[in-house]
Amino acid sequence: MAFIPHTRADVESMLAAIGVGSIEQLFDEIPANLRLAALSNVPEALSEMEVGRLMTERARLDGRPLCFIGAGAYEHHIPAAVWAIATRGEFYSAYTPYQAEASQGTLQLLYEYQTMMASLTGMEVSNASLYDGASAMGEACLMAVRANRKSRSRRILVPSTVNPHYRRTAAAVAGNQGLVFEELPYCTEEGCVPAGALARYDGEDITALVIQQPNFFGRLEDVDALCDWAHARNILVVAVVNPTSLALLKPPGEWGSQGANKGADIAVGDGQPLGVPLSSGGPYFGFMTARMEHVRQMPGRIVGRTLDAAGRAGFTLTLQAREQHIRRAKATSNICTNQGLLVTAAAVYLSLMGPAGLERVAAASHARTRELVGALTRVPGVRRLFRGPVFHEEAIALDRPAAPVLEKLAARGILAGLDLAEHYPELGPALLVCATETKTSADIERCAGALAECLREARAA
Amino acid sequence: MSSRLEKPIFEYSVTGRGAEDQWPRDPGTAATDDLPAKLRRGKRPLLPEVSELEAVRHFTRLSQLNFSIDTHFYPLGSCTMKYNPKACNQYAMLPEYLARHPLSPESVGQGFLACMYELQEMLKAVTSMQAVALSPMAGAQGEFAGVAMIRAYHRARGDLERNEIIVPEAAHGTNPATATMCGCVVREVPVDAQGDVDLEALAAAVGPKTAGIMLTNPSTLGVFERRIEEVARMVHAAGGLLYYDGANLNAILGKVRPGDMGFDVVHINLHKTFSTPHGGGGPGAGPVGVSARLAPFLPVPIVGRRGERYCWLTERDLPQSIGRLSGFMGNAGVLLRAYVYMRMLGREGMVKVSEHATLNANYLLAQLTRAGFDAAYPTRRASHELIITLRRQAKELGVTAMDFAKRLLDHGMHAPTTYFPLLVPECLLIEPTETESKAALDAFVAAMGDILAEAVKEPERVTGAPHTMPVRRLDDVRAAKQLDLTWKPAGAHAIPSTS
Ligand SMILES: Cc1ncc(COP(=O)(O)O)c(C=O)c1O
Repeated sequence: MAFIPHTRADVESMLAAIGVGSIEQLFDEIPANLRLAALSNVPEALSEMEVGRLMTERARLDGRPLCFIGAGAYEHHIPAAVWAIATRGEFYSAYTPYQAEASQGTLQLLYEYQTMMASLTGMEVSNASLYDGASAMGEACLMAVRANRKSRSRRILVPSTVNPHYRRTAAAVAGNQGLVFEELPYCTEEGCVPAGALARYDGEDITALVIQQPNFFGRLEDVDALCDWAHARNILVVAVVNPTSLALLKPPGEWGSQGANKGADIAVGDGQPLGVPLSSGGPYFGFMTARMEHVRQMPGRIVGRTLDAAGRAGFTLTLQAREQHIRRAKATSNICTNQGLLVTAAAVYLSLMGPAGLERVAAASHARTRELVGALTRVPGVRRLFRGPVFHEEAIALDRPAAPVLEKLAARGILAGLDLAEHYPELGPALLVCATETKTSADIERCAGALAECLREARAA
Repeated sequence: MSSRLEKPIFEYSVTGRGAEDQWPRDPGTAATDDLPAKLRRGKRPLLPEVSELEAVRHFTRLSQLNFSIDTHFYPLGSCTMKYNPKACNQYAMLPEYLARHPLSPESVGQGFLACMYELQEMLKAVTSMQAVALSPMAGAQGEFAGVAMIRAYHRARGDLERNEIIVPEAAHGTNPATATMCGCVVREVPVDAQGDVDLEALAAAVGPKTAGIMLTNPSTLGVFERRIEEVARMVHAAGGLLYYDGANLNAILGKVRPGDMGFDVVHINLHKTFSTPHGGGGPGAGPVGVSARLAPFLPVPIVGRRGERYCWLTERDLPQSIGRLSGFMGNAGVLLRAYVYMRMLGREGMVKVSEHATLNANYLLAQLTRAGFDAAYPTRRASHELIITLRRQAKELGVTAMDFAKRLLDHGMHAPTTYFPLLVPECLLIEPTETESKAALDAFVAAMGDILAEAVKEPERVTGAPHTMPVRRLDDVRAAKQLDLTWKPAGAHAIPSTS
């Protein structure tokens, strides 16, 4: 099957029009010695029914465990309307709106999305998306280097409370351009960056400081103090935020003490919580918002409103002189294809939620996580790892290595959390757990009960 | 397509309205009493307050202001806008796949990982590469991975001087932009009058600083680079590696493979050749394939197999990896769609794809030439796409490639790619794809003929196009000068909304 509409008669008449005897002849400019006789290692075709069966069987094999893992990807309820709209062919099968007059739907949606994201993060401008939150952090650091004309060092301070995969991705994406990422240690009691950790950088040339709020552990950083410290030293602030949290938490645009210089300079994050399914890690989308003064340093597409030849309002891609198809080697980024469809889902999601609905999602998720942590820490051998406030995610300590316990729970259909041993061995046996509004009290009891049993068995063994 | 403009969703908003059935129950203020006041949000964000029906109607109406493959012929050159089979979407969106957390253990995901592993194997087969990583999230990120691997390879050999990436002048913008992102310097080489790389210029460009060359083959000029073996010999002899930009793989699928041409690393745009949806700008997926010598540098994670079990290979398994390019494993859902598509094509279908894509392009080339248009490379076969140049029409009639593009919209056809590659003046890069019928191609030729006749008789109709779209031509200069990037409440805008 190849979805080809040609009849034999079509092919004959087309070949005649071209003036060749066979399709094969159309490939006669390819050196004969390079030509492939047959594709091996690709299976034979399956019909739609057969492939449907295969995919369904494999899906069933994986099942649907009860999941309390967050760590950068969150299971929220997705209203039915979100993907009903996003999979409409007119959105699903269109491309980048290069022909603005035939793409007003996508363009207006992006403009509305930009408005929502700018407001949610408290910033002035938004682009139309980057690949994901992790790569967006890398792009934000590159952007900070371009935007901070007072700094020459390309040194970026990144607390180790920032998502470890984000740190690695940013280093991979931006490291080749000479950016130096320096790790800021965190307090192992508090699980966040102590203001004192910054003092040793006083007087040094630093380009930007990255702050994740809530941080990887779900802990709330003292964003005001960190932001003020940076701005007093001409250091740009790159905020990494969870969009759901912003319904309740102070947006990056308002971090720091009030005044002309308030707020982060660039905010990025993963838009996945806004109507995008977990789907093994993607496709999600990275968002990026910034202060207007930095807009010409932004990577990615940006949509603007303008007038048409008849004087009516319409939408178009703008500031394209930043982009690879115009500026080539001097572009702000190489990004071309972005994550448009996921932005479509997010725009619908945010419209259905509105400010009050998003607040409910944030508050309900937070409440469920409190309930979860309460239930888990009532289990003997389990305690809270850090003191201080969290949002909708928290680290807990176990009295024995987490991996075997998690494995046992997984066998019972429960993914109880993320083992912190790989990235934070200094913390001892610990789990990062998260509940969202999708979890019920019964789910939480089931998880706590199973954990208690597993620990009891392990102790007995 | 609708011609009725739709007002911004914020103008439907009424304080206190909302799609409440979508929301969770209110947990009460006590639920969040542990969040310190100084870290809380003060003012609510500007999000719409609308009912579910208002939102659905608004976004449905917006969708009707779009051209798309499902509704229109969309011959956008270099983008391979082929039909996106519905089955690919349906089977990638089975609830278990959607619900799977990216950090789930391998034991919960053997079905999904089997698909990914087999996808890697099939991509190796069609590119003739030794290893594949799926994580790059679009072509440009695949390019990044490829050039970063080339750099890492030279560095690992202590060959520290090699920082130049050669690209032909007709290369896609992502190629030079990628080279810069990888900390390399770009050297452009010209192509000759036949569209092949100028070998003399190449000979002068290669040397001890050459890290590699990035090529698309068939090239962005819609022709096959005939001396590719010679190019490979020259670059390899100089110590450089060859990067294959897989944007045009649709032209040669199952006919000739990048690895056999001498390439060391390739990316494949799954949203082109393997028909995953373009989604109004994305997502895509740009897996990379490499020869054995680059395999240690692949980005992680990769899907491996130990006995009967599928597993992740990470930094631990590939200590020389260029690292991670995404928070998790890239655009998994896109990869699943491509997997379904490839299984439905099978090995026979893959060859049919390139054959009919090439047939369609050469047929258009023949018919457009008959209709009075000038091929940019009249002595060459078209690949899966073709370029015509409207230089003559621009000079004689004052009607440009952009005017033709806009007038095509009035004929219910999306415009081809315009002004790329820049090398060909007043060009249209036309890629019909294999999923279009002869009737659709004939209609396109007829529309082009009509526009040409109109350009003679009534050129203002063409230069003033489009006439039937929801908006007329938009003022891009104003858009860039008087930036209006977010909606603001009434009165705050320079431009009032149209409803
Ligand atoms: C020739 C060529 N190279 C590279 C790219 C970049 O691919 P992507 O848009 O997936 O990043 C494109 C696509 O737009 C292309 O046409």
